[in-house]
Amino acid sequence: MNKIGLIIWREYLTRVRKKSFIIMTLIGPVLFAALIILPGWFATMEDKDVREIAVVEYDANGQPVPDSLQFFREVIPNKENIRFTYLSSARLPDILKLYEAAHYDGVLFLSQGLISAGRETSVELYYRKTPSMGMEVHISKSLEKFLFDNKLRVKNIPPEVINSLETKINLTRINWKNWPNQKEDTTDVKRGLGYAAGFLIYFFIFMFGAQVMRGVLEEKTNRIVEVIVSSVKPFQLMMGKIIGIGLIGLTQFVAWLILTFGISTVAQTVFFQPSAKAATEITAPSDIMNSNPVVGQAVAESGDREEMALAFNGFMKKMKEVNIFLIIGAFLFYFLGGYILYGSLFAAIGAAVDNETDTQQFMFPITVPLIIGIIVMINAFLNPSGKMAVIFSIIPLTSPIVMMARIPFEVPPLQLLLSAVLLIVTFLGTTWLAAKIYRTGILMYGKKVNYAELWKWIKY
Amino acid sequence: MYLFTARDIVKRYTNHLALDRVTVNVPEGSVYGLLGPNGAGKTTLLRIINQISMPDEGELFFMGRKFQPDDVAHIGYLPEERGLYKKMKVGEQALYLAQLKGMSKAEAMKRLKHWFTKFEIQAWWNKKVEELSKGMQQKVQFVTTIIHEPRLLIFDEPFSGFDPINTNMLKNEILELKKKGSTIIFSTHDMGSVEELCDYITLINKSKTILEGDVHNIRMEYKSNTFEIGFNGDAEVVKSQLNGRCQLVEQVEERDHTRIKIKADRSLSGNDMLNLILPVVSVTSFNEVIPTMNDIFIHVVEAQNQQKPNVL
Repeated sequence: MNKIGLIIWREYLTRVRKKSFIIMTLIGPVLFAALIILPGWFATMEDKDVREIAVVEYDANGQPVPDSLQFFREVIPNKENIRFTYLSSARLPDILKLYEAAHYDGVLFLSQGLISAGRETSVELYYRKTPSMGMEVHISKSLEKFLFDNKLRVKNIPPEVINSLETKINLTRINWKNWPNQKEDTTDVKRGLGYAAGFLIYFFIFMFGAQVMRGVLEEKTNRIVEVIVSSVKPFQLMMGKIIGIGLIGLTQFVAWLILTFGISTVAQTVFFQPSAKAATEITAPSDIMNSNPVVGQAVAESGDREEMALAFNGFMKKMKEVNIFLIIGAFLFYFLGGYILYGSLFAAIGAAVDNETDTQQFMFPITVPLIIGIIVMINAFLNPSGKMAVIFSIIPLTSPIVMMARIPFEVPPLQLLLSAVLLIVTFLGTTWLAAKIYRTGILMYGKKVNYAELWKWIKY
Repeated sequence: MYLFTARDIVKRYTNHLALDRVTVNVPEGSVYGLLGPNGAGKTTLLRIINQISMPDEGELFFMGRKFQPDDVAHIGYLPEERGLYKKMKVGEQALYLAQLKGMSKAEAMKRLKHWFTKFEIQAWWNKKVEELSKGMQQKVQFVTTIIHEPRLLIFDEPFSGFDPINTNMLKNEILELKKKGSTIIFSTHDMGSVEELCDYITLINKSKTILEGDVHNIRMEYKSNTFEIGFNGDAEVVKSQLNGRCQLVEQVEERDHTRIKIKADRSLSGNDMLNLILPVVSVTSFNEVIPTMNDIFIHVVEAQNQQKPNVL
């Protein structure tokens, strides 16, 4: 084995056997899935405890309205975690005095004058526990809908007309290029994939770049570096380390890919496949949900699983439409390019300083372009062919991150080529630069290094 | 024949001249001492020999031809600041370092087994370096330095950090390596070890060579016709006998005899002196004082430091 191969092998082997690497590789996909699922899950968890809201309706004189005369009875549908109780005899100040005694979580006051309110009005909700955003929206939407319908009803518009007034529009995007074949549109999936890939590259560059820096610093503070550079050239040692750690990154990525693919295949066959048929039948009764809230709620509960299955299968179907090999190929290229670019700079920092605390001042100029990259990437995620996205996907310091958000959306070949060539040229440049700093830095101890000093090393 | 030659080496750092036209000729099979005060440029020169840093001027020759980058495979280097990968296992690490020097894995394994047995450190093979004591780590590092049986060994301050037992072991190893045909360059402050081990030295002070050559010859050259005489009898009689041709340097009254150290004129030989004093006292010992390397070191360095300061 030649020397650089030996160094790569050592860097790879010592890391791939580490417990932290194995654990991270195994639980990585689970962790990512958890990151996506858990917030939603926690949100529903919290909502599980049922809130009971008393609804009090009063007339123009502030007096309670008996059941039979109430306008708003049953107007706000109950939800899984909110129950509305309509009171008929409670007077306004009386019920508020009962803060200690009453068991209601909140009291909603509705004036009968609401029925003829203009464009905007307000309603008071007294609460014990701060109402959730969902509850607030649910209450105001239900009331708005009722008032809207009611205003038409009093003008003698027939109910069937009122029911037909609202039309929900689902925008269907069809890639013109595919005409006359109408393929399923995959914009959402592409966005998601691009975002995930861009984010992963950002994460990898930071994680493995920092590993390079720590590795160089370790060799320097251990003093073993002097023994090693008496056998190999400093450049070989630096590149061996960068490549070895890069291979660790690739190993992790491939392992995650396989695991994710495995998990999703298992999930598809075990959990979602059998109920998928039932899911298609559920679309029909959705009207009931609007007209009869109580029944609708029951249907919604049992339909949750089916809906999930449907969404999942739809997602898997769309995934097949996406050029996944292009994305993986681009990921590998931009990961390696970006990683070598930043990894060599990280190596130079590790060589220039004596301990980890001194790395801060040099980390800053490296961190800034990476953070700009991630910000622009989020922008590119919304508008993949926007001017900003295009420019930053060509600039080599940000292209590995930003281009990933654009890759699923057919980037013009010229832009892709330019971006790739610039990235290669730049990482060759930074490696050359880093090697100069590295060569001098690894044997320099006890000297506070600043930028002027680094410049001297580069020129030397 | 010289195994290694460094000719007119100049090394500049940004605001200081580390080596100023230093020439070193290392005969094959010798132990070569590189001496000098702290900061004289010893480590810089050793790094240049190792190809770790490049000289600004000057040439290096190895085995009679120009130094090739691949020649580092024939060099073993023990730097002043020792270090190994702390988290790596001893055996694995030794194998790795041996392979970096160009050995095959099988060959490295075979020789490591031999050396680990010799040093009685086989039990450490699967331990992490950080589990070993400092002295143990030094032993491991020494083995990794010589494992590829290099023709040229370079030790930078090899005795620092070793206890007396290990220092002795190391000295014996150095002599044994020399016997097997290796050439050894080492830098040190320990002048005693220089007399014990070195055949040749170069003394560097303030970036310049101020003394070089065969250790024996140097000591002979610096001897000042000084004698130490032990005797029973009256010291004043001895002094009057030698009066005018000698200078008394030191007089010590021991329990049963007197010892004097005298510096004689060039014209007065040891035999002449004995002839003068033998009739008057009973001589118990007589020997010529040959300066130690320590004396020569101090003498030469101080003499140079008193000259005009070294300005760039």
